[in-house]
Amino acid sequence: MKASRREFLKLAGVSALFGLGANAAFELLTPGALEASSEVAHGAAHGEAAAGVQAATRWAMVIDVRKCILQEDCQDCVLACNSTHNIPTVGNPKEEIKWIWKDTFEHLFPDQHSQYVDEGLEGKTFPVMCNHCDNPPCVRVCPTKATFKRPDGIVMMDMHRCIGCRFCMAACPYGARSFNWRDPRKYFEGKEAMLNPEQPTRTKGVVEKCTFCPERLAKGREPACVEACKKRKSDCLIFGNLNDPESEVRKILRKRTSIRRKPELGTKPSVFFLV
Amino acid sequence: MYDLNKILVGLAIFLLFFTFPILYGMGSAVPVPKPKLDTPEIQKLTDKKCVEDTHFMRTSHMQFLNYWRDRAVREDHRTYESKLNGKKYDISLQNTCMKCHSNKKDFCDSCHTYASVKPYCWDCHIEPKAAKESM
Amino acid sequence: MIERALKGNEKYWGWVGLLLLLIGVGFACYIYQLYTGLGITGMSRDISWGVYIAQFTYLVGVAASAVMLVIPKYLHNYKKYTNVVIFGEFLAIAAVTMCLLFIIVDIGQPARVLNVLLHPTPNSILFWDMIVLNGYLIINVIVGWNTLLADKKDVPSPGWVKPFIYLSIPWAVSIHTVTAFLYAGLPGRHMWLTAIMAPRFLASAFASGPSLLILLLLLVKSVSKFDPGKEAIQSIAKTVCYAMIINVFFLCMEFFTAFYSNIPSHMHSLQYLFAGLHGHDRLVPWMWTSAFLAVVGIFIMLVPALRKQTGYLAVGCASIFLSTWIDKGVGLVIGGFIPNPFETVTEYYPTFPEIAISIAIWAIGALILTILYKIAISVREEQVETDVI
Repeated sequence: MKASRREFLKLAGVSALFGLGANAAFELLTPGALEASSEVAHGAAHGEAAAGVQAATRWAMVIDVRKCILQEDCQDCVLACNSTHNIPTVGNPKEEIKWIWKDTFEHLFPDQHSQYVDEGLEGKTFPVMCNHCDNPPCVRVCPTKATFKRPDGIVMMDMHRCIGCRFCMAACPYGARSFNWRDPRKYFEGKEAMLNPEQPTRTKGVVEKCTFCPERLAKGREPACVEACKKRKSDCLIFGNLNDPESEVRKILRKRTSIRRKPELGTKPSVFFLV
Repeated sequence: MYDLNKILVGLAIFLLFFTFPILYGMGSAVPVPKPKLDTPEIQKLTDKKCVEDTHFMRTSHMQFLNYWRDRAVREDHRTYESKLNGKKYDISLQNTCMKCHSNKKDFCDSCHTYASVKPYCWDCHIEPKAAKESM
Repeated sequence: MIERALKGNEKYWGWVGLLLLLIGVGFACYIYQLYTGLGITGMSRDISWGVYIAQFTYLVGVAASAVMLVIPKYLHNYKKYTNVVIFGEFLAIAAVTMCLLFIIVDIGQPARVLNVLLHPTPNSILFWDMIVLNGYLIINVIVGWNTLLADKKDVPSPGWVKPFIYLSIPWAVSIHTVTAFLYAGLPGRHMWLTAIMAPRFLASAFASGPSLLILLLLLVKSVSKFDPGKEAIQSIAKTVCYAMIINVFFLCMEFFTAFYSNIPSHMHSLQYLFAGLHGHDRLVPWMWTSAFLAVVGIFIMLVPALRKQTGYLAVGCASIFLSTWIDKGVGLVIGGFIPNPFETVTEYYPTFPEIAISIAIWAIGALILTILYKIAISVREEQVETDVI
């Protein structure tokens, strides 16, 4: 071989580039192919249960504002979500983490609000959470697909992959996302009994938001907030499949007037408010 | 040789830094870890089998957990059928794995500490009984 | 040629020592941030991007400005820039490095940064930003180093460098367009949702970068035997002048659209920045200072009698640099988040660790610039001595 040192270095450099690009190229051209081809996946794939029938589902939430604002000082949905998912009470509003919370018509529908909103509604609060948009800007901007849209409509969070760039927070037009500015476990020091051992917490440096409780949906249950409201018999939160014409959500949307937050932005939210 | 003294001193300092981990740990060799399997849940099992066989678990549990992670979180398939015994398991680190292996210190940590591995799963996933113990 | 950066007088090493000190302090603060989380900064749920991303946005502009020298020199054979382009390219290297560092310190889980490469997502503009920024860095390193090396050996640059030089021209425009796209495509942020975001960015870039370059070249002239040339500097100054005028014009366009249409969501951010909103007016003095500095800067650059005097020129360039820094580095990013989606105002101020980390990254950029400029100056001084230039 007559290769000089220079030739060798050139060859090594180009090979390294190809090697580095190969993984990315695989991922781009055949998403999931690399994982599927691993031994572990092959072995396990044979022992797998069939995928859930969710392709035709589009989950949606309907919030009956008129019923909810009659429930003075009720925070059941918020408390249920916070305790189920180990969401810390941060204290400092700048760093607060909230998946579902209650807010006023003025804040949630600023373009609709006027001086002449009816007295029953003015200043009263009702729940709000991630809209699980059909056309989510947060999913569009995420550089790692840590937030992604499931076939059943849910905009999901993969906490393992999130790099904490907070681009999704800038993109969300609804302020639905929270970031872990510090280690959330710190807020449970001395209160470890409050942790739900069936769910994880998150760690510092990742974004989180309402995910419509997929672990409950997988077991045929409804999201924690909906269950809590039903337990109270307030029935302000209705959850169901928009693609099923006989679902509760479809039935009530046929009967009552509903609005969505900032529809002009083209996000197509899946959360409807009955006003 | 120019600056021989400086070079020798520098070499000595370098060797000291380089071998420090060995010198520091001298005389404190730790015995090979024996992860304990005598948790209440495991004792209740009639057929004492894990989700897959021991050899596979020992060699590939991290890849397996990553596979479970992607199956549950990204693909929403939350049931796993074991090749070992055909049983169906919920895909969950906290609710399946740690249900049986509830003794993290005597099981997970014994090997991890020995191998100086610090998996950050526990930053988020709650250790069993960690909810009741102080951190 | 790197050994040339290791020879210097007391002032040189004093300057390097100061930079290293600033870097050390900032680095310690970054370790603190890694340990505690981004909560040590002033960012919040409403203002989720702060000083770090603002600096990154500003410095991308500074980096892109090298193209204002490359185009005249390489496309139009403008001989006056022959010995000066290298300083623009080296400034670009320092600026892009700072951009990348600012992004890294802003990330919540930096150990996972490789996920952007492992899971490429072409629909995300951040993906393209990563590609174009790193590509621009590589291009400028290749072009700058090889052209300077050729100068040192007193031979023409190797032919294979030319395609890289030509590539750097659209690439420079692309880095800033892509960065503007980070902002301009977000439906919920009305201050950013404007078609002229990218043109504004470019105009501001071509004003800020070259004005910094002029200041640096004046410094080069005073500390070395190499004179960049009065005409070269004047040409750059004219570029700065017109770019700044266009930049201010664009800002006025934003005001017109917002206030003539009278649409609240369009007006609110500008109101917050320039007049205060719901009693919150922390940034108002900043924005008016920026406006004042812009007028001063443009005036000096426009009037030839002033522009041609080194003292005034320096003041003019500093004014424009500071004005654009406030406009882009402070006003744009923070202002875009205010008011929040609920039309309330949460204000932002950076904390001391946040500022220390930012200063450290500027110091790293200054250090890279110092080293590269030292090398370039030494080559130019040799050329002066041997009457090549």
